[in-house]
This record gives sequence, structure tokens and C-alpha cells, in this order.
Amino acid sequence: MNKYIGQKIKRNEDPRLLTGQAMFVDDLDLPGMLHVAFLRSDYAHARLNRLDVSAARRRPGVVAVYTAEDLGDYWRPGPLNVPAPHAIKGTIFHRRTQVPLVKDKVRYLGEPIAMVIAESRYLAEDALTDIVVELDPLEAVADLEKALAPGAPLVHDDLDSNLAAHVVQEKGNYAEARQRADVVVRRRIVVDRGAAAAMENRGIVASWDARSQHLTVWDTTQAPIPIRNGLAGMLGLSEHQVRVIAPFIGGGFGPKIMMFMPEEILIPWVAIRLKRPIKWIEDRRENFLATSQERGQVHEAEIALTRDGKILGIKDVFLHDTGAYNPYGLTVPLNTQTHTTGPYDVPNHYTEFKVAFTNKMYVTPVRGAGRPQGVFVLERLMDAAAKELGLDPVEIRRRNLIPPDAFPYQQGIIGQDFIWQSYDSGNYPALLNKAVTAIGYERFVKEEQPRLRAAGKRVGIGLACFIESCGVGPYEGARITVEASGKVTLATGVGTQGQGHFTSLAQIVAEQLGVDVRDVHVITGDTAEFHWGTGTFASRGAVVAGNAVHAAASRVRSKILKLASQLLETPEEELELSNGQVRVADIPARSISLGELAIRANPMRGSVEPGTEPGLEATDYFGPKYGATASGVVAMIVEVDPETMLVEIKRLVVAHDCGTLLNPLIVDGQIHGGLSMGIGNAFYEQLIYDENAQLLNASLMDYLLPRSTDMPPDIEIIHQETPSPLNPLGTKGVGEAGAIPIPAVFVQAVENALAEPGLEILETPLSPNRLFELVQAARR
Amino acid sequence: MSQLLPVVVNVNGTRYERQVEPRLLLSDFIRHELGLTGTHVGCEQGVCGACTILFDGQAVRSCLMFAVQANGHDLRTVEGLGTVEKLHPLQEAFWEAHGLQCGFCTPGFLMALVPFLEKNPNPTEEAIREAIAGNLCRCTGYYNIVKAVKLAAEKMR
Repeated sequence: MNKYIGQKIKRNEDPRLLTGQAMFVDDLDLPGMLHVAFLRSDYAHARLNRLDVSAARRRPGVVAVYTAEDLGDYWRPGPLNVPAPHAIKGTIFHRRTQVPLVKDKVRYLGEPIAMVIAESRYLAEDALTDIVVELDPLEAVADLEKALAPGAPLVHDDLDSNLAAHVVQEKGNYAEARQRADVVVRRRIVVDRGAAAAMENRGIVASWDARSQHLTVWDTTQAPIPIRNGLAGMLGLSEHQVRVIAPFIGGGFGPKIMMFMPEEILIPWVAIRLKRPIKWIEDRRENFLATSQERGQVHEAEIALTRDGKILGIKDVFLHDTGAYNPYGLTVPLNTQTHTTGPYDVPNHYTEFKVAFTNKMYVTPVRGAGRPQGVFVLERLMDAAAKELGLDPVEIRRRNLIPPDAFPYQQGIIGQDFIWQSYDSGNYPALLNKAVTAIGYERFVKEEQPRLRAAGKRVGIGLACFIESCGVGPYEGARITVEASGKVTLATGVGTQGQGHFTSLAQIVAEQLGVDVRDVHVITGDTAEFHWGTGTFASRGAVVAGNAVHAAASRVRSKILKLASQLLETPEEELELSNGQVRVADIPARSISLGELAIRANPMRGSVEPGTEPGLEATDYFGPKYGATASGVVAMIVEVDPETMLVEIKRLVVAHDCGTLLNPLIVDGQIHGGLSMGIGNAFYEQLIYDENAQLLNASLMDYLLPRSTDMPPDIEIIHQETPSPLNPLGTKGVGEAGAIPIPAVFVQAVENALAEPGLEILETPLSPNRLFELVQAARR
Repeated sequence: MSQLLPVVVNVNGTRYERQVEPRLLLSDFIRHELGLTGTHVGCEQGVCGACTILFDGQAVRSCLMFAVQANGHDLRTVEGLGTVEKLHPLQEAFWEAHGLQCGFCTPGFLMALVPFLEKNPNPTEEAIREAIAGNLCRCTGYYNIVKAVKLAAEKMR
């Protein structure tokens, strides 16, 4: 029985957050600090004909104005954060990464053209009105499906077309499987764009100390170490001259990964040039226009089955919208490919995608990161097949689940980590049963639904299955030190954006060292404290950083036991660590505190024996062989108002398996948050672009995030714990789980509720008006 | 630069006197002139509610007011609620119920809830959901926030 791991422990970080004492980037106020405003394009696609910033430079309070020309050699396209997956044969990938400031042509609405540095943000924004800019609008590539048509305007003039990438992967032989099939169901399925919309917009403060030749950057990033290394390279500094700090971050959800968005590249450069601290805080409109987004795909998908509903194969050919640039490689569409077979045994799988450049903000992972699209396509195919075969939607799923004894299961497709996707462990039938039982599926269908329908209520039920590949490598690290006070400090490289690392990682340390969780001081996201690692993304914190912490803590434990064994003259096996003490198991009076041991391990006189290290400290790393696979089944009951087409979620059940739970309080919280984003993706959140690629709803007034009144009254979570065999703690990721299956289950439940013959919803996000249109179309 | 105007405000029981531009937002005044950075800014469009403070005891969005409009008024921000050592029962309840994740929206929720719980010591779940419908949270799905408010009501009764 674990004492700390698996316990619902209140979070260490909360008192500071609750009292307004936690530091976020915008809270920094450095002496002499200057502020930045960006002139951004009002067009999505335009030639930059003339730019005159001289009047802005003359305005009192303005210190500098920079254009692309002023950047000199520093102007260059940003880094490719994730390379092309050349492990996949025949991959075509055209790298076109974002530029810091527009030089000749604007490629998306909100692309920065000039930057003003002034004594205050107010003055900097005033000076934007002094800038003379002449943009010659060009026909925009606004529609994903038209982007690759012959004669479409080009986003990048040096390419022959807007094709950014092309990937084909196949497991087995789909064409052959199709010939054997009794039934083939084919659908066109569309998933549109949404925003990550963290409550904290992006922000950067950079400060250059000319005397020590040292740059400090506070950045709302999920991945401070890659940012440090990248900035050092761009600025011609040693990595040790650059310190990147990700303090408290007000939500990440993907667009705050190691992005090197233009502002992130520019602000540190300006700080060095002007030798004054520089602050830029994104406003909400900028966040809508110029922070990366995700989801846009169009699928032509088909499923081939036997008469009794057994899947013979799936074929999916899709278009993926990468927007104006592709700095994050193919992570998102690769995730789609590895999630289009889900928890089902699919012997033959043909999957092909083309990525298109469009004149929209560029696409990088947003919570879910390609997985929701794959699950939506798969689950819509399953629903369509069930109807075609006259099978119950639960039954067709049950018949195809991978059996518990088939792990590790080879999914047969190369994933976003460039490794063949393999499912490590799971028990999908048990998970399905848990969800079916919890929601009372049969009783609802047989008793409640007929009764409610008779009373005129449009109620419906849905159920969807999903997997989440997570916890990918390459690695993370941790350094753990027992201090003379007996308290423990843990430093790790991952950043934190609300996931509770100050607590869950402390629990892992506490478990090994027998100290109170409150006595473990966790440092995350400061490259001066720990500079090896990648970052917080892909639901990997608990898996990769968690196991690195476990490894380092185990090593510190060994050092503690070795030293205590000498001092207490007792074999290590007879010692136990508890309450900050090492005790002889049978004789509690014979003990020594960890603080005393730490002092003895770092003596002022005498000698530390050869071959040993001073102090009770260890650094260790963890990298999984391949990513873990979490799984879940969601079930939902909805009621649709046929007049307004508003949908009320009456019940929401999630049966989930993320292996060992570190802290159920935090795990449930992660699921709740993911579900709300999924509900947004299903019914509220759609970025609406017109034919000129103008974003029509770039505010929180027009782009609707789910509110408290949009969420179901209860969220019922059932955990199943199938440990991952790929790491010592047995953990799997959960960060994105909730967001992945909701659009799939939502449309199924809504279809079931409306019971309109001919209504089949093959798109997401919906909205009340779109739902109304679909119902009208089905009736015609 | 336009003419500066005097602003005298009482914030969390402390009197502050400053000269400010008429266009300075109250949220920026609180954060950057007074250094009370617990009040957060999420949209500056009056939608997200992160910048909610108490203005003469009423919950308002400080991004929708100018600092000069606060002249002569009593303000309360999250810093005036409880301390790390001694949390307000509402803060305690948020801690116990895991009612926050990234914590960016939290001060706004807390400040919106203080007058609500004073007027409604025994709120229904529906009333709680209505009371926080003007505050956006992207992390929690509101589930544990609602639980925290119920718990806070118990603690404060």
C-alpha cells in the first residue's frame, strides 16, 4: 500500500494561487522596462508594398520601431520544432516556418509587420496609428478543399502548389480486405478549427544584463529548455548565458509548447539591443489571430466489415489544414492516423493524408492534438456501420475491442514520436462494461427513453470508445536534494500550467523518502535549476517526468540508506524511512533525521570517502521505449430542445484507464477540464473564417467557451487501473483524455435524441443553428 | 500625453494616492500602479471575469472601468481576502475541493463569489452555476468550482 502515491492530496501550489501571490509573466515589473505593441496585418493574404514607420519613431515615449528590414541577419524563418517523419517511406514534407516580421508578403491575418517599443503599452499602441502601411490584398486560400485545386492562389510563391506534406501508411492490405467484406460504409467527415483559448494570453519578458552578459527570459512556455537552447543558437550566445523561466502559466493546452512564435524570437533580441528589459503581453484579440490553432480536417473514410459486424479494415484519406506555416511538422495528422483505429482490432488499415497551406493562422497541437479527429471519424464509421447492419451501437463496439490478452498490440502505423504505434496494456471490454453499467444503457434504451419520448422529450444516448497515445519520449530528468533542514528540493525541466506538478511529483518523492508531501519543494520550468528535458505536452508529465523523479528519488533513497546504515550500525534491510527520519524498524528510538544525515553527507571536516559523492542528492532520467496508451469509454445522455436546438447534457459518464493514479484529485480535474474543452469542440467553439480568411469571431463575446451553465450537472468518472509495463510507476497520461471523445459521443447522442430519419451528423463543431440546418436538410 | 488626474482609492483597507492618465484602465492601475498583481487580465473585453474585484462591495470587472472612476471608492482585491497563512474560508474550500488548476481565473471567481455567498448563505447548485456563469475557466470544467462553492457556503454559515 502506497502512503502518498494514489492519495487525494491537496495541492502544494494552491495557497499562493488562491491569494494572488503566484507569479505569472505579466506580474513582472522590472526597473526601466519597456513595452511592446505589434502592428499586425488586417489582411490574410497581401503583398506588402510600403511601410513607413518614421512618424511612429518620432512620437514621444517611443524608444524604437523595428521592421523586417531593421532585423538584418536576425530575420530568418523560425526553427522546425518537429522534423518530418522520414522513417515513413515516401513522405513528402515542404518546410515553411513562420517569419519574425513580414518582409514581402502577408500569409495570415494578424501576422506581425512592425513592432513598437515604448515607455508604456498605451504609448506603444498609440504609435501603431502613426505607421503607414500599404497592403495590396491577394486572393486568399481560405478553404482547405480548394487549397490543393489547380490554379489556387499560392501561400508560398516558391512552391508549385499549396501541398505542404503527403504521407501514406498501411497496415495489412486494405484493398484485399475490402473485397472480402460483406458491407462497406463510406462517409465524408469534416472537423473544423477551434482555439486553445487559455485564460492567460501569451507573454514574454526579456532582460539582458550587459555586465554579466546574461539573458533572462520569462516566457509563457510549456517547454522552457528547448526555448533556451533555441534562443541561444539564434542570438549567438552560449546556452549558459540564457536562462528561460516559465513561472506560473495560466493554462497551456498546446500553443505554449516550444513554438518560437515571432514575438518569442523578437523580444529577447530587442532586450539585448536596447539593453533594457522588454515586456510583451498578448491581448485577447492577438491571441485569437496570432496564436496557433487546430483541428481543420476533411476525411473521406470507409470501413469494411463482415455481416456480423467484425471490422476487416478501415481506409481513411484526409486533408489537413496546417495554415500558413508548418513549424510543428506533422505531429497533428500523425496523431490522427494513429487514433483512427482506436481500441478496436483492425487488421487492415490504409491511411493517407495531404497537408495544405492556407492563409490562416498556423496549426500546432491543441489539447487532443489530432486525436479527436481520428476518434470522431472512427466512431462515426462505427455508428454508420451499426445502422447498416442493424446492430446496437454498443454491441458493434464490443465485438471489435482488442481482447485483454492481445497486448502489446501492434497498431501498425508510425506515430508522432516516429515509432511504430504499439498499445502497451489495457482491458477495453471491462472498461466498456463499466461505462455501460454506470449510465444504465439498457434501462435507458428500453424503459426511460420510450417513457420520456412519449412525454414529448427528445432524449438520446451515445457511447464512444477511444484510446490516447501519450507519455512519449524522448526523456525527462530530475534532480533531488535532501537539504540540511531535512526538507527536500526537486528540480525538473518540465513546465507547469496547472497540472499539479508541485504536488504529484512531490508525492513520488515523498513515497521514496518518507517525508511529508509539503516538505518537498518542487521547482519546474527554470533552466537555471535544471536544463535537460523537453517539456510538458502529449500527456507526458506524469509518465516521463514522473518516472524520472521516481528514478532520482530511488537513488537518493539508496544514498540515505547506505549512510544511515553506517551511522546506525544496522543493515540497510532493517531500516525504514518515515516522518523525515531513518529508523531501525524494530527500535524506533534508534533513528536519525534526514536533515542530520544531509549534514553528515556534506561534512565540513574529515573526508568524503573516495568513490562517493557529497550530499544526499541524485539526478536521474527516464525515457520510455515507446509511448503508453491510455483508454476510455464515454457515455452521454442529452435532451434536445426541438424549437431552439439547444442541447442539454443530462448525464456524462467516463470510464477511464490511465494506469497508476498518482493523485485521483488531480486526475479527475484533468478529465473534467478536457471534457469541457471537448464539449466546446462539439457544440460551442468554431473559429469562423470568411472567404477572405478573415476571422469573424475573434473575441470571447463571439467565440463561445463553455460556461458553468453549459456543463452537465454531474460528471461521473470511473477509474480502471491497468499499469503501463513501460515505466516503473505504471503511469499513463490523462491530460488530453477528456477532450478526445466528446464530439464523437455528442453527435451520436444528439442523433439518437432527434430520431430524425435521414439525419446523420458528419461534422463538428455543431451549434444550435447548424443543427437546425442539418435537421431541415434531412427533412427535405 | 494627456493631462494627469488625481486618484485616491482605498484598496483592501490601504489608502493610495496616484496621478494617472484618464484613459488608464482600473485593471492596469491595480496591477501596475499599485502592484497588486493578483487581479488578472484575460480579455479586456469584459467577458472572462478574471479581473473581477469588489467596488464598494459589488463585484465588477476592473478592465471595463477607468482608474479615475474609482476615485474616492473602496476596492477589494484577492490580496484583501486571506493570506497564505490564513486563508479565507472560500479560499480554503477551493483548496480542499481542487477548485483551481492553473489558477489564473481563480481570483476573479473568488471575488465574484464573496458578495454572492454573503447574500446567499445556502445557495442551490443552480444558483451557484448562475453566479459563476460570468467567469470563464478553461481548466476545471467548473465541476470542482461548484463543489468548492457548496463547501464554502457550509464553512461560512
